[in-house]
This record gives sequence, C-alpha cells and structure tokens, in this order.
Amino acid sequence: MENSDYLFLQQYWWFLVSLLGGLLVFLLFVQGGQSLLFQIGKTEMQQKMLLNSTGRKWEFTFTTLVTFGGAFFASFPLFYSTSFGGAYWVWMLILLCFVLQAVSYEYQAKKGNLLGKRTYQVFLIINGIAGPLLLGTAVATFFTGAEFVVNKEHLTDLSMPIISQWATPWHGLEAVTNIWNLMLGVAVLCLARVLALLYFINNINDAEIDARCRRHLKKESSAFLIFFLLFLFYLLLTEGFAVDPITQEVYMEPQKYLHNLLEMPWVLGMFLVGVVGVLFGIGKTLFQKGCRQGIWFAGPGTVLTVTSLLLCAGLNHTAYYPSLADLQSSLTIQNSSSSLFTLEVMSYVSILIPFVIAYIFFAWRAIDIRGINRTEMGDEHTHAY
Amino acid sequence: MDTALIDWSRAQFALTAMYHWLFVPLTLGLGIIQAIMETLYVKTGEAHWKNTAQFWMKLFGINFAIGVATGLILEFEFGTNWSNYSWFVGDIFGAPLAIEGIVAFFMEATFIAIMYFGWEKVSKRAHLASTWLTIIGATLSALWILIANSWMQYPAGMHFNPDSVRNEMMDFWAVALSPVAMNKFCHTVLSGWVTGATFVIGVSCWYLLKKRHTDFALRSIRVGAVFGLVASVLLLWTGDGSAYQVAQKQPLKLAAMEGLYEGTEGAGLVGVGVLNPNRTSYDGTEEPFLFKIEIPKMLSLLAERESDAFVPGMKDLVEGGYTLKDGSTALSAEEKIAKGRIAIQALADYRKAKEANDEASMLLHRTTLDANFPYFGYGYLKSADELIPPVGMTFYAFHFMVILGGYLILLFVATLLLLRGQKLVGQKWMHYVALWSIPLAYIAGQAGWIVAEVGRQPWAIQDILPTVASVSRLEASAVQTTFFLFLCLFTVLLIAEIRILLKAIQQGPETNDESLTIK
Repeated sequence: MENSDYLFLQQYWWFLVSLLGGLLVFLLFVQGGQSLLFQIGKTEMQQKMLLNSTGRKWEFTFTTLVTFGGAFFASFPLFYSTSFGGAYWVWMLILLCFVLQAVSYEYQAKKGNLLGKRTYQVFLIINGIAGPLLLGTAVATFFTGAEFVVNKEHLTDLSMPIISQWATPWHGLEAVTNIWNLMLGVAVLCLARVLALLYFINNINDAEIDARCRRHLKKESSAFLIFFLLFLFYLLLTEGFAVDPITQEVYMEPQKYLHNLLEMPWVLGMFLVGVVGVLFGIGKTLFQKGCRQGIWFAGPGTVLTVTSLLLCAGLNHTAYYPSLADLQSSLTIQNSSSSLFTLEVMSYVSILIPFVIAYIFFAWRAIDIRGINRTEMGDEHTHAY
Repeated sequence: MDTALIDWSRAQFALTAMYHWLFVPLTLGLGIIQAIMETLYVKTGEAHWKNTAQFWMKLFGINFAIGVATGLILEFEFGTNWSNYSWFVGDIFGAPLAIEGIVAFFMEATFIAIMYFGWEKVSKRAHLASTWLTIIGATLSALWILIANSWMQYPAGMHFNPDSVRNEMMDFWAVALSPVAMNKFCHTVLSGWVTGATFVIGVSCWYLLKKRHTDFALRSIRVGAVFGLVASVLLLWTGDGSAYQVAQKQPLKLAAMEGLYEGTEGAGLVGVGVLNPNRTSYDGTEEPFLFKIEIPKMLSLLAERESDAFVPGMKDLVEGGYTLKDGSTALSAEEKIAKGRIAIQALADYRKAKEANDEASMLLHRTTLDANFPYFGYGYLKSADELIPPVGMTFYAFHFMVILGGYLILLFVATLLLLRGQKLVGQKWMHYVALWSIPLAYIAGQAGWIVAEVGRQPWAIQDILPTVASVSRLEASAVQTTFFLFLCLFTVLLIAEIRILLKAIQQGPETNDESLTIK
C-alpha cells in the first residue's frame, strides 16, 4: 500500500513539475518579445510600448523559473544535485542571462543607469534569445541524455565523498554538439517569438505594431513548425531510455516515446489538444482579419504540449534524465525522488496552486483590461518602463 | 579533495549572499513603510500621502529588481556549487524552497504588477491590498528561506536513511517551527525593517538639508522613525533570543563571537575589545585580548539565563571533559571525529551487507550507524583545528553589529525627540548624522550574516555535513571564473542601482508642498 502511495506521489510530482515546465515555456513569450524589440519596434514610442507590454509580465516568467527549480529540488533532489552541479556551465549561462533580464526592464529608461539605455535593451535581447535557446537545449537532454555518473557509495570515501560526477570537462556545454538538442532549443526560441507576436497583437493597441506583428508571424510560425516537427519526428522514431519496472534496470527501447504516447492515451490526447491549440491560435490570427485572440489558444496549447512531452519523458517506466556515461546512473522518478513523507507534505502545499493560479488570473486581467496605448505611454505620471 | 575548490565555492556563495543582502533589507523595510503610507492615504483621503507612498515605491522598484536577480543565483547555487549537500539533505531543504516559490514568490510577483501599474486600473482598496500583499509575499519569502537556513544551523525533524544515503524529513513542523528558525526569521526581518526606516529618515533628512520637499520629508521621517524605533527595540529582543539559541546549539560559534578561548563560570560579555593577533590557536598560551571592556557575568546570563553558569570556550569545546547540563561529560573533538568515522564506515558496511543480502550484518551496522550518526560530519574532518571558525572575523562582525544596532536605536529616539519638539528642520548636524547612518544600517546587516555564516564554519549542516563534503565536483578554475564573472556583474549593477537611486532622489517626489518655513 505504501509503495503504491509513494509511486502515486512520485507521478503526481512529476506531473506538477511538468506543468510548471509547460507554464514556463508559455511564459517565455516575454523572452520572445524581448528578442523582437528592434524588429517590431521601429520608433522609440513603439519600443516603449513593446517593453511595457512584456515588462509587466517578466516577473511571472522569472518566478516560474525559480519555482520550477524549487519544485524540482523538493521533489527530485537527485536531479537538482546531478544536473545543476554537473552541467555547470549550461545552468550558469542560463542564470546569467536571467540576471541581465531582471534589472534591464527597470533600469533601461532610468536616468543615471550607468550603461545607457541601449545596453540594457541589448541585455534584454540577449536574454530573449539565449534564455529560450539554452532552456530548450537543456530540456532536450531529458530525451537525448547527459554525461554523468551517480554513485552513492562515494559518500563513504573520505578523500572524495561526492556522489554525482560529470563525465566530460565541458560540464554541460557538450549538449550543443547534439543536433537534436539544438533543434529543440531553436524550436523553443521560435515558439517564444510566435507567442510574443500573438501577445503583442492582443495587448497593444497600435495599428503599425499590429500589422508588423502579423507580417512577422508568418515567418516565425514557419520556422517554429519546421524545427518542432523535425524534433518531434526524431523523438517519435528514436530509441528511448526505458526502465524495467521489476529490476529498475535501464535499457534502450526502440520508439520508446512513441510507445509512451500510445500507452498513455490521456497524455496523447493532451499533446494533440495542445498542438491543435497552438496551430489554431496561429492560424486564426493569420487568416481571420482583426483577430486578436490567438494567444488565448496558443498559450494554453503550449502549456498542454510541453506538459505532455515532459510527462512522456518521465512516466510509463522511462528514465527522465538518462545518463550517456553510465546507463544505470540514469535518473527515474523512483530513484531520484524525495521520501514519501516529504512528497506528502509537499502535496498538501500543492493544494494552494489553484488559488495561486486564480489570483494570477485576476491580477493579469486587471492589468491587461486596457491594452497598452500611446496615450498611456505618453503620460509622464504613469509608472512605465 | 581540492581545498581551492571548497574555498572558491564558499567565496562564490558568500559573494552572492552578501550582494543579495544588500537589496533584501530595503525591500522588507521600505515595503512596510510604503504600505503604511498608502494606508494613511486610503484612510484620510489626503493626496499627499499618495504622493509620498508613490515616491518610496519608485525607489523600492529600483532596489527590488536587483534583489530578485541575486536571489535567483543564490537558490540555484545550492545545486550548482553544493550538489552533494543538495542530495544529502535535499529531502528536507528543498521543501521550504519550493514552498517559498509557490506561496511567496508568486504573491510578490503578481501583486507588485498591480502596485505599480494598477493605480488607475483597480480601486483604491484593491490597490492598497496589492501593496500589502506584495510586502507580505516578500516577508513570506524571507520566512521560508530563513527556515531553510536555520535548519542548516540546527538540523531537526529528520533521520538518516542508509538505503537512500540521505537525510529524510520526519517532522515538518519541527523543521518549520524550530526555535532557531523563529528567532532567526524575526531577527532578520526586523533588521530589514530597521534598514528601511534608516533609509527613509536618511533620504528625508537630505531633503531637509537641501530645503526641498520639507513637508514630504517630515511626513516620511515621522513614519520612518516610529516604525524604526519599534523595529529596533524588537530587534534587540530577538537578538537576545538568537544569541541564546546559538549558545545552546552552536557553542563554538558563540565562543568565537566572544573571543572566548577558555570557559568559565560567571563569564563576562565583551563590550569592546581588540583581539590579540598572535593568538592563532585554540590551545595557545597568548592572552586572547590586547584590550577589552567586559560586562561581568553578562555572557553567562545571556547564554544560560544564569549569571554564574559555565560557558565553554573554544579550548573546552575542542578538548571536551567539562560537565554538560545533563550531567554527562563533553566529548573531545578527537572523540567526535572517531565516532564520525565509525558512522561513515558503518554506512559503507551496511551498503555492502545489503548488496550481499546479509540481513544480520545490515542490522548490526545500522545499529552502529544510528548510535554514531550525531557525529557523522566529524568523520570528514582531518583534525580538531578545522572545527574553529575564523575567530577575528566572527568576533568583530558580532561586535560591530551590536554596537551599530544600539546606535540606530539612539538615532530613532533622537529623531523622534527632535521631531516632537519641532526642531528637526533646523538641526543640520542631525541631517548629516541621519544621512550617514544609511550605510551603517547596511554594515550592521552584513555583519549579522557574517556572524551567522562564518561563525558556523566548517559546517554546511551543523555536525552532520561539513562544507568539504558538500561541494560539487568541479574544477576550482571553473568556480573561480564564475566568481569573478558574478563579482564584476553584481558590482556594475550595484553601481548602476546606486546611481539610479541617487538620480531619483535628486529628482524628488511629485509634491507641491514646500509650505514649511525654514527657520
């Protein structure tokens, strides 16, 4: 009985982590918007409108990233320990580019900001491009594997009591040598830009910006579809990291992720609804004149798609963080999770999540009830970036 | 183990934490003050309170952004630089961090958007609620991270599981409500309140000095001084509570804080003192102080609540042999190290027995492990010397903190007295004093963290895991590189922040009330 409770909680927390991952990718529209700053905003006023559109949401992305990390730490500490301590350079680069973002909105238009407005805007563009690209590349290793070894016996070795070890001196940078990791990274970047364009269309009341966003949407959507579909085909056809439910031995299984989708119809359903939502949001905006609601379909669609892909990585006897250096070191939701007691405690806390989502929804609506417009941006008494 | 790796990992974490703590106190203190001001606006309907609150909110926002940035790094550094720690205690330590994200960060991030952009979009009361919820979110964030930090100082509510090779939580409330955590939370947040109050008074006094925005400045000083005095008196009280907990749970830290090498009954509290730099060892023969002024019996009273109680010094704590409160004899460091090694070996033997499916041996080794586990971390230490934290840094940081804390109480009292007698506007000296007190409040806060963190070395988790066994397996050069990267980045951003704050202060609030006559 205890074992089944434990497994349920491990799966529940993998679901929550996956959901947070899905929300994070959706909220990367902020980064996507930053990366488009000079492409969409041709005048200072237009750039100000763009910055204030995503600038009122950047903290949600940031907070979701932190919570994603915190939830991973609490529920699957071996991942936190192995990946963060091992793929050091990848995570450090991600953190650095998010630090740049955190100050840039607030500082870029302020007097005395030391580096000048343009520097902070470049920081936002760096974060806008590198953030999604690196996060996407890092997440791809959930399917393609990473170079680490875990040996808990090391704790009793007084000369080197460290249990996780990275097998290459590149500490995570080697992930970019795998074309499929990069493919997902670029797909996430393109998706962030697509979502940003849909969000701008919805949130900014400006005919020029609207027209320019719609023009860009065609190109960005095409690029996203190419990279996403290539990665998807690879994922469905490649062999995956399966776990024997009895012995917990990790082995390679052909078309494992395709099998996962077929063996978990609810995940497949979620994935298909998500993909359709994204495509519908894009298509409706492109082909229906004056349509501004695309983000309402593509946003939730993104959450569902990414959540289902992450579920596919960890459920149905799959190693969600496979080791290329030592297959049996691969992390599964069973061998890397917190204890039953901790997962139970955390599950009580997770009851608060719907309340959190509800107040975010109401606050978001309150802020966005009137779109960004030139009058508001021109009012010197209004707080603006 | 490469000692350079440990030193650079420590340095990087210390750098990030110290930069982070430059911004957080102002967030905690100024957040409450601006919420009080907005409450006064909503209650009285007087527009000048709205303008006053909005000005401080502007400064709050500039400071908040960089606090968020440094906080992100800090959370992830537990994984990037202390990966072994993250596994060994992640089952317990991760929970407060996750709760912080779910409960506090989202509240903060959601309502701060309304606080800044919602003035014309939501009702007055909804806006006020958002302002309060923003600072409540920030304070809850402090609560959970301080619970996590306190658990490192006083690990409670857990047990070691040799099957998973980690510590596991058994009692959430013992972790969340430990006396160390409660004292630390109150003391740390109150120190933020004092910093916020000092900042408000200092900046307002600059306006008095420049004879600008006088009404605004006096209004702000009134709120800041009352708030600061209440906070600083409570700070004194919680400081006593914190020090008492240190005496009970981390006696070596207390001994370092007081430069106490040899224990004594009726120990005095060093008010002011200069350590003898020639005393470099716990068992040296040199006098510990070149000069000191001591309050007789006060240390015994504060540490044990009895003026004649025995307070052990560093030598006693390392050599053992003194009588503990429960009547038993204190173990020496060598004995603890030996027990630690027995525990580590028992874990290794248990794992081997488990692999061989030898249940009898498993039970035997498990019993040995459990009996010696309280000293597990000592097993990684090479010698007793490693147990002594840097005495000079801990001693001076503690005394600077206490002296500055006392000074700030006087500042608030003097400000209120001058304000009451309507003499503050004309007292230029006081304006300078208040202005230059701002950095002193920051120094006090930083000193407090140095006491807490340097004073507990070599432990990552008190008695259970030293820093030497907590690090990630990286090249020291990699950590060195990121250390300098962060140092440059944070320094540039700090300079930018200060310049933006100064410009915003020079620009001043949007008020028209220049009515008060300067005498």
